Amino acid sequence: MFRRPIRNCFAALASAALLIAPSLSAAQTEVSFYYPVAVGGPITKIIDSLATEFAKENPKIKVTPIYSGSYQDSLTKALTAMKSGEPPVTSILSATDMYTLIDEGAIVPFDELIKTPEDRAWLNSFYPGFMENSQTSGKTWGIPFQRSLTVMFWNKEMFKEAGLDPNRPPSTWRELVEYAQKLTKRDASGRVTQWGIQIPSSGFPYWLFQGLVIQNGAQLMNSAGTQTFFDKQEVVAALQFWLDLVNKHKVHPEGIVEWGTTPKDFFERKVAMIWTTTGNLTNVKNNAKFDFGVAMLPAGKQRGSATGGGNFYIFAKSTPAQREAAFKFIRWVTSPERAAQWGIDTGYVAVRADAWDTPVMKKYVEAFPGAAVARDQLKFAKAELSTHDNQRVTKALNDGLQAALTGTKSAEQALKDAQVQSERILRTYRR
Amino acid sequence: MTRTAQWLYAWLLLLPAMALLVLFTHYPAVATFWQSFMSTPKGSRASVFVGADNYEQLVTDEVFWQSLSNNFWYALGTIPTSIVIAILMAIWVNERIAGRGLLRLAYFTPTILPMIAVANIWLFFYTPEYGLLEQVLGAFGAGSHNWLGSKSTALGALMVVTVWKEAGFFMIFYLAALQSMSPHLAEAAAIEGASRWYFFRRVTFPLLMPTTLFVLVNAVINAFRLVDHIFVMTRGGPDNATALLLYYIYDVGFRFWDTAYAAALTVALLTILGLLALAQFLFLERRVHYQ
Repeated sequence: MFRRPIRNCFAALASAALLIAPSLSAAQTEVSFYYPVAVGGPITKIIDSLATEFAKENPKIKVTPIYSGSYQDSLTKALTAMKSGEPPVTSILSATDMYTLIDEGAIVPFDELIKTPEDRAWLNSFYPGFMENSQTSGKTWGIPFQRSLTVMFWNKEMFKEAGLDPNRPPSTWRELVEYAQKLTKRDASGRVTQWGIQIPSSGFPYWLFQGLVIQNGAQLMNSAGTQTFFDKQEVVAALQFWLDLVNKHKVHPEGIVEWGTTPKDFFERKVAMIWTTTGNLTNVKNNAKFDFGVAMLPAGKQRGSATGGGNFYIFAKSTPAQREAAFKFIRWVTSPERAAQWGIDTGYVAVRADAWDTPVMKKYVEAFPGAAVARDQLKFAKAELSTHDNQRVTKALNDGLQAALTGTKSAEQALKDAQVQSERILRTYRR
Repeated sequence: MTRTAQWLYAWLLLLPAMALLVLFTHYPAVATFWQSFMSTPKGSRASVFVGADNYEQLVTDEVFWQSLSNNFWYALGTIPTSIVIAILMAIWVNERIAGRGLLRLAYFTPTILPMIAVANIWLFFYTPEYGLLEQVLGAFGAGSHNWLGSKSTALGALMVVTVWKEAGFFMIFYLAALQSMSPHLAEAAAIEGASRWYFFRRVTFPLLMPTTLFVLVNAVINAFRLVDHIFVMTRGGPDNATALLLYYIYDVGFRFWDTAYAAALTVALLTILGLLALAQFLFLERRVHYQ
């Protein structure tokens, strides 16, 4: 008896909503937007608030953010959605998946959307280090957004205990070995209680390995994404250096070091120095109960680190109005102030130089100088490994690295095998 | 009712189940088989018939053979162990002991937990230096091990998780079978002076055979089907040491987007599972003693 009027009320509301909806959508351009989360922190909330803020300034565009898991999941979801006919209009996906997306015919270049000199100035404002993974064959396919680098964190207390200057991280490979030896502690029975250094090797060992390769003066692939150089002498030597840390100097744990637990190992004081992403900056800041430092990776022949993280892409299966709207959103969200705020909130590296000149960023860096290390390292950074059929080529290298680290293959053999596999995969793209 | 009406009636009753079966089982199976003879469409390049190309690739694919052999050891390592443990636990909680309900619940808990959650818990059990396992072993003076990070122990570590997860589930079936067993048998055996082991070997175990067959079929399927923990714990590494067949199919299909080759791998998996099921029913069924 009482329920009926209420139900009628709902029915009336629902039909009213149905009546209003079409008239609204006719005036509004809808932009669906997939985004992954790869680091800790309340990132979904930040993205939602960005979308609402954008909607306030641009009532004609409705950006719908859809959280889509890890980078891997997001690519799978976006491509599956595309194959079933309804891809997102725009998405943040790994910068390394550019060739895969081009080969699938999934995305459009940004060049046709960039018309005014103002647009061009905006495009040129990004750090060139980040654009390497965003451009190929003269076109721009991705816009850097949540980008990162590998850096080193060190425990200052342990440095002090070992008689090292707590404010001076190792700056060369030789120093790295020297410091790590002093920082590795063993108990009476010879068991290691504290490791000198730890470079994670589960999941995507190629990314951290690439830092070593660049430091040794080489690169893993050409810029067209059609050729890899896994078996080059400098690359083999870089892997040998990593193996030596484990087997010869015995300052690095044996076997595969888990990526996910490496920050925890650091908090638990099991290791004095770790290599990980700048995306962990906020995580370490909140959880390390000791004084720590953030440093550039040490230099071999030169400094070096591989960039990482995600770019904005615009999908091909969209209307011109949707592309324009997505482009407007991307320009809005990568403005200096927002890029700066995003970097502060997440630990990602703000993607353009002028973001670092904003008052908020200046204040942040003053209070936490570690945040600027990634920016300073950017001039030594190179593109992350990315080729056609990227996942397959990368897996060949990952398998090789893990085989070497677990002691089943020598550095030379492992990389030679990986190169043979990569040659077989990439041959068809070199016509 | 006329004959036609009856016929129609029967088909209408069958229709919902059949529609679902055709849509979700038969059509995908046939489509997979067909696609395994085609090339993967990419961008503007459409899919074309390539004959047995995908199968030729499969024969020379080292990772495929490795995941197949991993899967073989994985099945061999997990199935008998979890069945033995399930029977032991079932007999144990079938007796009248204090706190029986709690004990049953404890054994069954791993089954209720989602595999992803389980894998995350075990990931920290296995963590080198300060993981649970390390702390326990360390107390006895053992050195540090990198259980998931070494090729020789990674697959074994995953097997332990699987046995832990599955044994409780199988226990439920054995418990049900034990409960339906007549107590007269035990009484008669006691009068004859049979030992407990003799009674188990000659009476209980043979009577449990129908359950064992059922559990065995399920366990074999699970050994090929259950790969959730690999995503969390090792992602098939180190160097494919823990790549199981289904995980590899996922990799090829949804990471490399080589759907045609993934279809060929799926056909191989289906063939293996079909043969195994057939063998179990043909050979084992004869030895099963139904009451």
